[in-house]
Amino acid sequence: MKQNIANWGNYPRMKSEVKSFSMDEQLDELMGKTDHFIPRGNGRCYGDASLAVNTISTLNFNRILSFDSENGIFECQSGLTLDKILDVIVPKGWFLPVTPGTKFITVGGAVGSDVHGKNHHVDGSFSNHILSMEVMLANREVINCSPAEHPDLFEATCGGMGLTGMITKVKFRLKKIETSFIKQKQIKAANLDELIRLFEEYKEYTYSMAWIDCLSKGDSFGRGILIVGEHAKMSELSEKQKMRPLVPSPKAKLTFPFNFPSWILNTLTVKAFNFLYYGKNFRKVIENVVPYEPFFYPLDVILHWNRGYGKKGFVQYQFVLPLSAKDGLVAILKRISDEGLGSFLAVLKVFGHQKSLISFPEEGYTLALDFPVREGLFNFLDELDLIVLQYGGRLYMSKDARMKPEVLQRGYPRLDEFRSIVRKYNPSGKLSSVQSDRLLLTGN
Amino acid sequence: MSTVLILGAGSDMAVAIAEKFASRGCDIQLAARKVERLTALQTDLAIRFSSRVGLVEFDALDFSSHSGFFASLNPLPDITICVFGYLGDTEKAATDWSESLRIINTNYTGAVSILNIVSAHYASVKKGAIVGISSVAGERGRQSNYLYGSAKAGFTAYLSGLRNRMFRYGVHVVTVQPGFVYTKMTEDLSLPALLTAKPKQVADAVYSAVKSKKNVIYVKWFWRWIMLIIKSIPEFIFKKLKL
Repeated sequence: MKQNIANWGNYPRMKSEVKSFSMDEQLDELMGKTDHFIPRGNGRCYGDASLAVNTISTLNFNRILSFDSENGIFECQSGLTLDKILDVIVPKGWFLPVTPGTKFITVGGAVGSDVHGKNHHVDGSFSNHILSMEVMLANREVINCSPAEHPDLFEATCGGMGLTGMITKVKFRLKKIETSFIKQKQIKAANLDELIRLFEEYKEYTYSMAWIDCLSKGDSFGRGILIVGEHAKMSELSEKQKMRPLVPSPKAKLTFPFNFPSWILNTLTVKAFNFLYYGKNFRKVIENVVPYEPFFYPLDVILHWNRGYGKKGFVQYQFVLPLSAKDGLVAILKRISDEGLGSFLAVLKVFGHQKSLISFPEEGYTLALDFPVREGLFNFLDELDLIVLQYGGRLYMSKDARMKPEVLQRGYPRLDEFRSIVRKYNPSGKLSSVQSDRLLLTGN
Repeated sequence: MSTVLILGAGSDMAVAIAEKFASRGCDIQLAARKVERLTALQTDLAIRFSSRVGLVEFDALDFSSHSGFFASLNPLPDITICVFGYLGDTEKAATDWSESLRIINTNYTGAVSILNIVSAHYASVKKGAIVGISSVAGERGRQSNYLYGSAKAGFTAYLSGLRNRMFRYGVHVVTVQPGFVYTKMTEDLSLPALLTAKPKQVADAVYSAVKSKKNVIYVKWFWRWIMLIIKSIPEFIFKKLKL
């Protein structure tokens, strides 16, 4: 059936023939008769990466295949979402090795985007924890790959946006936890310089990220709050928390029932929000022990928060710049502040070293910002792209809906190698998306 | 703890029902053709809900195997849910007897065959519950699916009679009229969102019907009224409609 679909940014939106499967043989049949499709999980990438005229949804292919609760090894089908995994592993004292800011993504999506979390500088991205995975290629051959077995396929599938084949099964390592709570610390920074100093000072913490106010100027330019945390030990819990030290999170109840009119978000309201958000931390440093849910997934409590940006949708812009390019970060924030295109959510984080073919993370500063879609936005973002490239950075494909192919080409030095592996396993572009066509990754 | 037998366990609706009952602490027996396809589901339910989950080969059309199939179950189930069905190709069936027969035998004869055996056992032990997933298509024959509909009509009448007969043994029988449901079977149809249930909603409705001993349930309540209206259209008008 043709469905009108969009990813999390609600931009772009298109009609797509969506098919699903719950067994291997159904997938084999579907892939045999479908051309030019892209695998699709929960649609939580932001732009057009999982959009195509035909999509094969993995959401019904979502079974747990094994869980070794002694050694923390987990295997599942690719359509299983992280929230369902947490429900099972947390009570047994395990956690996801890497998690992005939402738990509503599938494991296939986590691999295809090679997602990162607040612990990237310590634990790397999701692919670092994969033991092996199974991929159905365009010719319907099923291949098991790992860093040792078919390493080219493995490497190009991690962060490869679903272009090498359909990821069907993934086996990965979990992280041992003593409790499901996080001992967190929030530190206010009066400006960008202080914020960056704090990142350095707190780099021993497993988890860290900062919220930045993009609209503040002058002395408080780039002010923000650094949030760091560690999995809490039993001895760090309150008496009440100790009664149930390993609890999965409660289910979200709040939702945005409809799209907000887009005029609600403007410089004034974003300024007010940022003022309140910064001001709510009255003291310089706050330290407390909280459940993992608000620490990792603060926005998941409001289902469909993306509707807050209105019907036209929004794009999320995320780039990474090398550590030496602090000036670039300042230049970009200045451009945004001058343009008055403030974003509700601006998140800064420091990535650790990573060696990969096509995955987004590399050592440096990464900043993610939301921009509601409006006239002139894309020209402005094209300008930002040039600054990002000038300072040796690149953009995250999972957030992208609009970058030009040359921006990708210049940002990813091993792009041609990636292209040739895609061509090897997916020679006629049977798997392709609106994004891969736009970025000339699969075009004919 | 109850053991629940699910007949035709490969469908999206059956999977949702299995999940629901497993999540409430039941053990599950998954019965289907080529049942090894359901190994992943078996493992998944066992890991997530610590249920005991068994796989049993079952072919609704192989009537003579049914008594052996049921006797082989260990333990014998406390609740039996008959989910299997076959929509078929009505156009083809109009001229192709084998297609007609398959529709009739899957939706009616096969169900009667196995449920006769199940209900005889429940009557003898004076407890148990049977759930039959029928269809609103059985409430009035329409040209688009009257073979499926007529077989389901037979099944609905069977369930009604069975409920009546089993009452004195303390055995409860539930008839489920799901209306439209988003499943693999309906993936190519464009269904009105308001009238269409998700498999999980069917599963929730089945679970609560068993718990509170309801007799006939419509998953989305307005289907009861829609069907009431459809049934009340005079035949001289109805026969001219394109339904």
